[in-house]
Amino acid sequence: MLQSITPLAVSAFTATSALGRGLEAHRHALQNARSGLRANDFSLAPLECWVGRVDGVEQAPLSAAMAAWECRNNRLAWLGMNQDGFLDAVHAARERYGAPRVALLMGTSTASIGTTEEAYRRLDPDGGFPADMLRPPIHAPHSLAGFLAEALGLEGPCLTISTACSSSAKVFASAERMIRLGLVDAALVGGVDTLCESVLFGFNALELVSRAPCRPFDRARSGISIGEAAGFALLERIEAAPHAPRLLGYGEASDAHHMSTPHPDGLGAELALRDALARAGLEPAQVDYINLHGTASLKNDEVEAALIARAFPTTTRASSTKGFTGHTLGAAGILEAVVALLAIERGLVPGNLGGGDPDPACGPQFAWRNESRPVDVALSNSFGFGGNNACLAFARAGRAA
Amino acid sequence: MSALTVYVGGVGVWSPQLADFAALRATLQGQTATLPTARPPAALLPANERRRAPESVLLAAEVAGQAVAMSGCDAATLACVFASSHGDQPIMDYMCAILASAPSELSPTRFHNSVHNAPAGYWTIATGCHAPSNAVCAQRASFGAGLLEATSLALADARPVLLVCSDTAGSGPLAEVTASAAPFGCALVLSPQPGASTLGRLALHLCPGSIADAPTASAVPADWVAASPSASALPLLALLAQGAGRCHLMAAGSLGMDVHLEERA
Repeated sequence: MLQSITPLAVSAFTATSALGRGLEAHRHALQNARSGLRANDFSLAPLECWVGRVDGVEQAPLSAAMAAWECRNNRLAWLGMNQDGFLDAVHAARERYGAPRVALLMGTSTASIGTTEEAYRRLDPDGGFPADMLRPPIHAPHSLAGFLAEALGLEGPCLTISTACSSSAKVFASAERMIRLGLVDAALVGGVDTLCESVLFGFNALELVSRAPCRPFDRARSGISIGEAAGFALLERIEAAPHAPRLLGYGEASDAHHMSTPHPDGLGAELALRDALARAGLEPAQVDYINLHGTASLKNDEVEAALIARAFPTTTRASSTKGFTGHTLGAAGILEAVVALLAIERGLVPGNLGGGDPDPACGPQFAWRNESRPVDVALSNSFGFGGNNACLAFARAGRAA
Repeated sequence: MSALTVYVGGVGVWSPQLADFAALRATLQGQTATLPTARPPAALLPANERRRAPESVLLAAEVAGQAVAMSGCDAATLACVFASSHGDQPIMDYMCAILASAPSELSPTRFHNSVHNAPAGYWTIATGCHAPSNAVCAQRASFGAGLLEATSLALADARPVLLVCSDTAGSGPLAEVTASAAPFGCALVLSPQPGASTLGRLALHLCPGSIADAPTASAVPADWVAASPSASALPLLALLAQGAGRCHLMAAGSLGMDVHLEERA
């Protein structure tokens, strides 16, 4: 049986997605049930689908000093890092603890593969990469974390987690372990994924992309809408930020079933959920809100709806916010952790946008429209290809246990 | 910070020169070891999966299978961390090439095999493992960073952990920027407590400001270490083969890690 962990303070957090830059844009869009999805206008020959694209990435080059790291993914990372005073919070943590005592743990599935794709479109006549693409670090999946370590002057443990769509949820687990073991005093966690041909044509080849805006948990759902996002959180011991919301627990588990479809009974998802509740010392009835993985793929939503229906009372509210942002893949974990934290901050359960005609598998826990109610404890589910499942548990500071 | 201490209960290795850990031992003793087959056998995968599995998965499953067999652990309950600097380079090369020429012809199977956690996925499916599985990277520091992550998990959750670190050879135009001349894979089973199969005790100590980007003096040929980012594990594997000693690894791009191996008492 798992022991409960000592909670950590989430002393700063931020997100940038199709809903806009920073927390206020996200609060506003969630409050007004406004989707950020648009008809796909990305790439030279766009697929007929909808995407959650971040505006202005093209107009935000990295500084000359960081030019070697130039790519869409790192641009979005830097845009995201510069919202909500987050960069200042990172610098303050570096000053307080020392550069080697702050871990940098990033989740991503795309990293900067979009730039490698571009290099292949512009090969030299001799078949090699063009000169401006001969930048080895951006053609590796560690590109995002490598860039941020240099840009932020962090010198502690620095790791990329790339477990498809659970990537930037699992960084919270690694961070908690490192802080508990005394390897570091704080951890900058997060993730960034960007639109690129690999994911658009890849998910399309798997027949998982909807032609219309995605409709999570709707009876007539027809697949995902792919999005891009950057999100970050700073984790420290509670004494450092006693009034900040808290990471209470996390769970990780494997389906052992199939590379691209979930376990039919949600076995790995349920193990991750139970693991998160055990570490957090929570009973299901103490959970006020669950931000679901809810991709709008046929299988995911069916399996996840059944899990929520059997594991939680009706007082627990649940919704997917993929209808707002699209499925931001490797960034979904951090983006939806931020949504869960905003739900706690605002007392707002965001409605399950796009689910107009609920799938019969959905229980009474589903919030189809926005609900104003106190949220003291919120979970976030993230499930990835390869049967890789993660669940995070957050709470308001000073919550009555 | 005090040192992190874990016990090594199993070792696996595969490269064009080394079929397994016994071959590394023999080589270091000046004996001639039998060369491996052209492809990693990955006998633990079911036959149909073995046919379908990409190169990165065969390599990782081969070394993982070796290490778990030596450890006597049950793979079904073993948490696992799969590290790789570049993932499956033949698939990355294929995907980027087809996306540049005929994107709508992209193979769905190759796409889902392209995820960095494909080896973790195939492994957990083949072994019926529901424990936490992870897929990580840290550019040229993937082995050291993976060792730190796996050790953290073993100690924090008081459970044995399988660490795999493997990279395929570079492929196509991508090979120019990945410095991966040859495939290399290795695996360790790490436990918080000593056991019947314990080979030695590892003490890891982070060394801020100390960047070990030069190969550690080691009994293994320098060109083997240079042939793959994952082969930065070889100096530690050589210590395990020889019994005891110290080596220095990169735990991150700007963080060194001293590794002290003591023989089993």
